This record gives sequence, C-alpha cells and structure tokens, in this order.
Amino acid sequence: MNQPRSDAASAQAPAPPTADVVMRASGLVKRYGNVVAINESDFEIRAGEVLAVVGDNGAGKSSLIKALTGALVPDAGTVELDGRPVHFHGPRDARAAGIETVYQTLAVAPQMDIATNLFLGRPLRREGFLGSGLRMLDHKRMRAQAAEQLDRLGIATIQDITQLVGTLSGGQRQAVAVARAAMFGTRLIIMDEPTAALGVRESRQVLDLIARIRDRGVPVVLISHDMPQVFEIADRIHVHRLGRRVAVVTPRTCTMTEVVGLMTGALQMGADGTLLESTTQHMPEERPASHHPSESPE
Amino acid sequence: MTTTHTSPAPPEASAARPPGKTLLARLIGNAAAGPLAALVIAVVVFALTTDTFFNLDNGSLIVEQFLVVGTLALGQTLIILTAGIDLANAAIMVLGTLVIAKLGQHSMPGGLALLVGVLLCTAIGAVSGTLVTRLRLPPFIVTLGVLSVLTATGQLFANGESFAVTSGVLTFLGKRSYLFGQIEVTNGMGVAIVLIVGLWFLLTQTSWGRNVYAVGDDEEAARLTGINTRRTLLSVYVLAGFVYAIAAWQALGRIPNADPNAFQTGNLDSITAVVIGGTSLFGGRGGIPGTVLGALVVTVLTNGLTQAGIDSLYQQVATGILVIVAVAVDRVVRRRAA
Amino acid sequence: MGHLRLPARVPVIAVAGAALLVAGCTSTKSGGSDTSASSGGKVSIGLVTKTNSNPYFVKLRESAQAEADAKGAKLIALAGKFDGDNQGQVDAINNLVTQGVKGILITPSNSTGVLGAIKAARDKGILVIALDTATDPASAVDATYATDNEAAGVKQGKYVKAALGSKKPAVVLLDGTPGSTVDDLRHKGFLEGFGITGSSSEIKGTAVTNGDQTKAQTAMENLYQRDHGINAVYTINEPAAAGAAQALSGKTGVVIGSIDGSCTGVGNVKSGKFAATVMQFPKKMAQDGVDAVVNFAKTNKKPSGFVDTGSQLITDKPVSGLDSKDTAWGLKNCWG
Repeated sequence: MNQPRSDAASAQAPAPPTADVVMRASGLVKRYGNVVAINESDFEIRAGEVLAVVGDNGAGKSSLIKALTGALVPDAGTVELDGRPVHFHGPRDARAAGIETVYQTLAVAPQMDIATNLFLGRPLRREGFLGSGLRMLDHKRMRAQAAEQLDRLGIATIQDITQLVGTLSGGQRQAVAVARAAMFGTRLIIMDEPTAALGVRESRQVLDLIARIRDRGVPVVLISHDMPQVFEIADRIHVHRLGRRVAVVTPRTCTMTEVVGLMTGALQMGADGTLLESTTQHMPEERPASHHPSESPE
Repeated sequence: MTTTHTSPAPPEASAARPPGKTLLARLIGNAAAGPLAALVIAVVVFALTTDTFFNLDNGSLIVEQFLVVGTLALGQTLIILTAGIDLANAAIMVLGTLVIAKLGQHSMPGGLALLVGVLLCTAIGAVSGTLVTRLRLPPFIVTLGVLSVLTATGQLFANGESFAVTSGVLTFLGKRSYLFGQIEVTNGMGVAIVLIVGLWFLLTQTSWGRNVYAVGDDEEAARLTGINTRRTLLSVYVLAGFVYAIAAWQALGRIPNADPNAFQTGNLDSITAVVIGGTSLFGGRGGIPGTVLGALVVTVLTNGLTQAGIDSLYQQVATGILVIVAVAVDRVVRRRAA
Repeated sequence: MGHLRLPARVPVIAVAGAALLVAGCTSTKSGGSDTSASSGGKVSIGLVTKTNSNPYFVKLRESAQAEADAKGAKLIALAGKFDGDNQGQVDAINNLVTQGVKGILITPSNSTGVLGAIKAARDKGILVIALDTATDPASAVDATYATDNEAAGVKQGKYVKAALGSKKPAVVLLDGTPGSTVDDLRHKGFLEGFGITGSSSEIKGTAVTNGDQTKAQTAMENLYQRDHGINAVYTINEPAAAGAAQALSGKTGVVIGSIDGSCTGVGNVKSGKFAATVMQFPKKMAQDGVDAVVNFAKTNKKPSGFVDTGSQLITDKPVSGLDSKDTAWGLKNCWG
C-alpha cells in the first residue's frame, strides 16, 4: 500500500501553498494540576483532506480534539477557523461554527428512530404558529430530510427511516452517526475511532462514507489505531505523542513502521524533515538513519 | 440506569428488511398495544361473567375511580421515562390535600388554597429534581427520603386529625353532571382529559418531550448531542410535582376529606399502572397513552373482581401477576430491539 | 449514576449524617427529658402504641401524657413504625426495660409476637398492661384495659338491624386488615348482634379496606354497583364509614354503622353521613393504665384480668330497646 522511499528525501509532508487551511491551532496548552494534557501542541487541517490523527494510548489525542471542539477550554494557545481566531466555551459553540464530532460511543439513542437520532438535540419545528407558539415538531420534514441525507451519502443498507437505531447493525449505527455529523458539519467533521468495533465489510462502508464526505468538500479528522485504514484513506497523518504533535507525514512519504516509530518515540522528526532514530526517548543521536528501503510494508 | 452503546458488531441483518413496517408490526411495536389488549380482554371477560359490569353507570364509575391514581401515574410516567422512579408521589399529593384542606378550614378562599397547594407540590418536585440533578443521587434514594420526610410531615401537620373540605372550588372536580341526560360525568374527568392530552402533546410533539425520551434512553448520548440533560431532568420533576397537585385536587373531589393516612400504597399503585402500561423502568420507552390504559386496567380489575364476588386479596394477586408479565414483555421487546 | 465527584461527596455525607441524627432522635420519642428511671423519685411509665400515625393512638398517648403529668409520673412513649410492626414494639419494650420503667402499657400490633419481650419485662418485676388490644393468651400480661371489641361490634350490629325495621336485610361488610384481632372481634360481634352468620344469604358482599377511606369508597361503589338493593353496611372504623358514605351519597335507605368515637366520626353521625357509631374510650384506657402503674409503684398491688373500658352507642336516631346517647353527648366525650 505504501511505497518505501529509496532516497533520503524529506519524510515530512509537503505543504501545497494553494490549499486553504480550514482550522489551525498553535501552542495549545492544558494542565490538570500536575498533569499536562496538551503540551504546546499545534494542529492544522486543510480543505478537502482527510487528516488522520494517530498516537499511542495516553498520547493526548482526545484532549486535543476536545480543545478543538469546545469540550475543553485550553489554558493557552490559539485556535483559528478559516484564518479567524475562535474561542469555544462549550461544544455548542463549536457545533454552531459547523464543527461536528462522531464520538466513539456514537451518542445515538437506541430506542429512537433514525430520523429522530439525526435531529437529536436540534429538531425541526413546524412552520408558523404551530412551531413557534406551540413548539411542535415537524416529524414529516425530519423524516424526509433524513432519508435524503442517507441517500446523498449513498447509505443504501438502511431502508426504513423509522427503524429504531437499536435494531441496526454496528456498521449501520455508525453510518447514522456519520450521517448526522455530515448533515450539520459544514466546516469540519471529526471521527473518533469510527471502525474500532466493526468488521471488515462494515469498515469498508464507513471508509467509503468518509471518502464521500471529503469529496463533498468537508475535511475530516480521523482518529484511528488502524494503520492500514489510515494509510488507505488519509491524505496526511498527524502523529501525536506526549501531548503534542510530533510530526505530520503522508502515506506516500512514510511507511507504517515509521509512523508507529514516531508514535512510540523510537523515531523522531528532525528539523529538516528527516526521520532520526532515537536511542533514548529525549535525545536523538546526530547520525541520520537509513530509510530501510527494503522494508516490507505492514 | 443508563448504558453507553459501543456498538459491538452483530451479524449484518439488513439484507432482507421490508420497506416500511406492516400495520401489524407497527401495532405490536407500539408500547401501548399490550395494555390495550389486556384492557379489552378484561372488559370482555367481566362483561360476559358479571351482568352488572357492562353498562354506562359502571363505565362512569370506573373512570371516576381511575382519576386519582391515574393522575399520580401520569406524573410517575414522566419520571420513569427518564429512567428514574418516584416513591414520594402519593405523599406529596396527601400533604397537598392536607394543606389545602386546612387552609380552606381557616376561611381562605378555595381558589387561593388550591393555588398554595399547587405551589407547594411543585416546589417539592423541584427539590427532588435538584437533589437528583445537582447531587447526582439516584432518584430511588431521593424520592425514598422525600417519602419518609413528607409522610412524617403530614402526620405532624395533621396531628391525628383529618380535615373536611366544603369550598366549592376545592370540591369542584367531584361535581357531577349528565351528558345527554344519561351518562354521568364529573368535572374531574374533564380536567383529567385535558391533563392527559396536554402531557401527551408535550412528550410527543415538542422537542422538550424528545429530550425527555433521549435522556431516559441514553443520558450520555443525549448530553453529547447538546441536550441540556440537567435542565431536562429538573423540568421533569417540577412538572411531575404540578401533576401531583392536580391529583390532590382530584382526591378532594372524590371525597371531600383530607386524611393523612390515605393513599399509603398510592406510590406503588401508580408505578403498577405505569409498568402495566408498557413504560419501561429503564427509560426511553413508553408514554402517556400506555399509562392511561395501564391505570384503567388496574381500576377495571378491582371493579370487576369485586362485582364478581372475588376476594380483595385475589385482586392483589391478579394485579401482581400483571405487573410481572408487563415487565417481562418489556424485557423481551427490548432485547429484540437491541 | 456513576461515581460521585469528590466535592459532591461532602454534602451527601452531611445530609446522611443529619438524617441519621434526626432518625435517632425521633425513633425513641421521649415524653420526658432524661432517661434515668428514678430521676427525682418520679415513677417512670412506658407506653408502646402500634403506630404514631393513627389518630386513635395519638389521642391515647396524649391522654396518657396528661394523666402522667397530673399524677406526677414520667411517661416514655414509643411506637412501632406501622400497623403490624412487631419487631419495633419488641425493641421498644426492651428499650423501656433498660430504662428501668415501673410499668409498661402496650397496644400490641401482634398479639403473640410480643409475648417474649413482655415475659422478660414481667420477670424483672415490671407491671405490663395491655391497652385496647388483648394479647393471646390474655394471661401473658398482668391486666388488659380495652374496649370489649366484640361487645362493641354487637352494639353496631343490633342497631343496624333494628334501624332497618321490617326491610329484608342486604348487608355489606367493610373490614379492616385481615389477621387483626380487633377486626375479627368487631366483625364477629356485628354478625352476632345483627343475627346472621358469616355464610348467611343476607350478606351481599365483603371487602378489605385497611380502614382507608378511599379503599372503602371504591369497594362500596363497586359492591353497590353489583347490587343496588344494599341497605346495611358494617364498617371497621370511621374513616371506612366516611368512604362508604361518600360512595352512597345521594342514595337513600342505607344504614351505615361504625365504631370508634372520634370527634370527626361523631360529627359525621351528626351530619347524617352515617347513622350511628359505637364510641370507645381510649382516654379512659390510658388514664386507668397510668393510674394502675402509679398505684403499683406506691402499694405494689397489681391489677388483673380484663377491664372493659366500655363502649357507647351514639346516634341521633335511637331505636327502642337499645341504649344510646345522642351526638351532643358524643361530641363532649369524643376523642380527637
């Protein structure tokens, strides 16, 4: 899947100057007493791309994402959306800005139907007095829009919009959660381990879904442990370690092993973009390592 | 009593799903189908075996007997939908009747006394709700504590007496009139209908109602989708308190005497009605129509078995069996759905 | 319902602690200030009622307190938590024994369940008197001051039968709680006074009401619905009678009888809700009980046997051949 480089060119992702940056964060810091959850981390995602965020358990990926979605307010650092600084005081602010999250637990209500779940927390009201005065819900319109949304995303496996979400298979439930994010996520969609609990076929469907969302112009942040999937779908890979971003690479410029090495700290990204071996955690040796051109892919 | 769903992968079952559900499937899927069937069966059986059962007079009587516990059950439904439970509802109501009646005896105008009672019951609901949402204490524990406190408070307040009520406003719900000259109805029935329709509307047609179901279904999921779960839960308890005040008004209409020892099993009776009505104790499923049917089933059982000459104790056995069946059915349906 | 955040634990513990404190204080409801028996030479008398909530026992306690104050004795009043709470009463008796009371007055919830505790108390030389309800056997206590509940039932039965005149009786029996001796005696007495047996055809229906006004109302409505010809109703107590009366409001020709003699009940007889009631004298029971203990402390003489504190038929519609007093007298002598 990935091509090992045979020359010692930079492993760092090239920066196409014409791509717009949708969201950027610089120097984010968050401390809980003595524990540093975010350690001066940067972040950047560009239009029309799938950015995978990888890192070992405890690396601080969740905290970073929470800071970007308003679930956590950083102690220091800046966050910019479309070039303008933003300050999210809660998840609602982020959602209002068009940033949607698909949680690992999916956050769907199993005893409610698909249409209700798509509009959970922000239902459509009826026109006129019925909606504004009596605050009545417009079930018909929600069902219609839900069906339309599923169609648009090409989710063909769900036929009945009035089915209870609890009766769906894992992949279908994931699709519902993704469809919900896609409906309201106009600027950015974040997905936390979307295929963690899915089988091969269903994972495939979710990956296709992600690609379709990207192709519609909405960038996707994909948090994942699944390297083959990351390498298949991601345009760039943000490697997170010890509370900060340690590298941004692409599947074309890096092998899976190297990415894993960056995650664990066995490898480090040098200033010029080369990958260096570290014999200890914090002090890289001066000599550059070879790039193992003969290494077989994972 | 919430669970988070981390979607394990059951086998792909979508392959041959028919487009849209058949009417039968929809009917069976509706949580109110069970109690409706039970009610119909009970009515048919009694109609056939007891000749004094199936007539207009008895029909009116059944509805009148349904009013107080039925109203308590409406409030209980709201709380059980959020995966909570209210053990104190009858105690709140009884304290309401005592306060209202005593104020009425001290020549406070009936309307004003009623208003004080409504405020009292609603405020107690707010206290319960605050304890549940702020201190994160389980509703069972909170309402158990409130039950003890209020029962004792009622006894201390009444000091062994009961208070008669004479005001027209306070006994208004008991006033009878005749539809088409034949069918006996009371004002209490009208108020009950308004309350039932109003609560049904709130729960099914507004986003507040949606949020109530969502919080009961999966509180964490609701929170993540931006629903203010705390505010929703608190509002449920406050509204339930208001409903219990209406139940107090109904009680005074049924018998114009506030007795501190009355309705000692009112809480369990209301829970019985809600459970038989198909509302799940685990939250997120059920509703007002089911509860109304469930309460009617219990009333019909008592009414019919008494007229059939069956001992009171067997009535209790019958009700108990119904509850177990209702919960078992709910579990089966839930397992199918999950 | 997961773990409590640390700051929230503190108010929870505080609330729980306060609740335990309050519970501890109220479960041993003390009529006096301290708990030492011979404080300043005062005779200590223990009173254990069935519950604190039933107005009947509230009045019993108040009368006992008044008599104790008048006689310069100290009353320690305890109760079970609910009707039938045997363990609560056993604990109360043991509690009183350790407090060194001279005599114990008890209205037993369970006529056999308290026998052990009573014996232990009597073995220590404490005088034990049963009030209102007898133990089984009655010799388990030194004396019993109670209403002859069966005689009271007979009075109710005789009256209701007589009030019917020449009409063919169609009777409904609204009982209290199954298994209670008071219930059984009154029920038995009513049948005897009325002149029927448990299987007579005159009985058109029975119901268990637990003495609750709403349950009685519902049962009466349903039984009446079954048989509009009902013209006589036996009730276990006045709240049940009030419920039955409400069910039958607007309907004429039904004679409702009751027992108890509370002021509310007598008021209901006066207003015509039910025809008659048989008054009990809990005040007399309490007074006699307190006096007996005080006397025992002075003279070491124990009372014995069954002392009937009497029952009196109260009605404004007397029937010939039956002694009765009117409601004016009733209101002067009622309890509550």
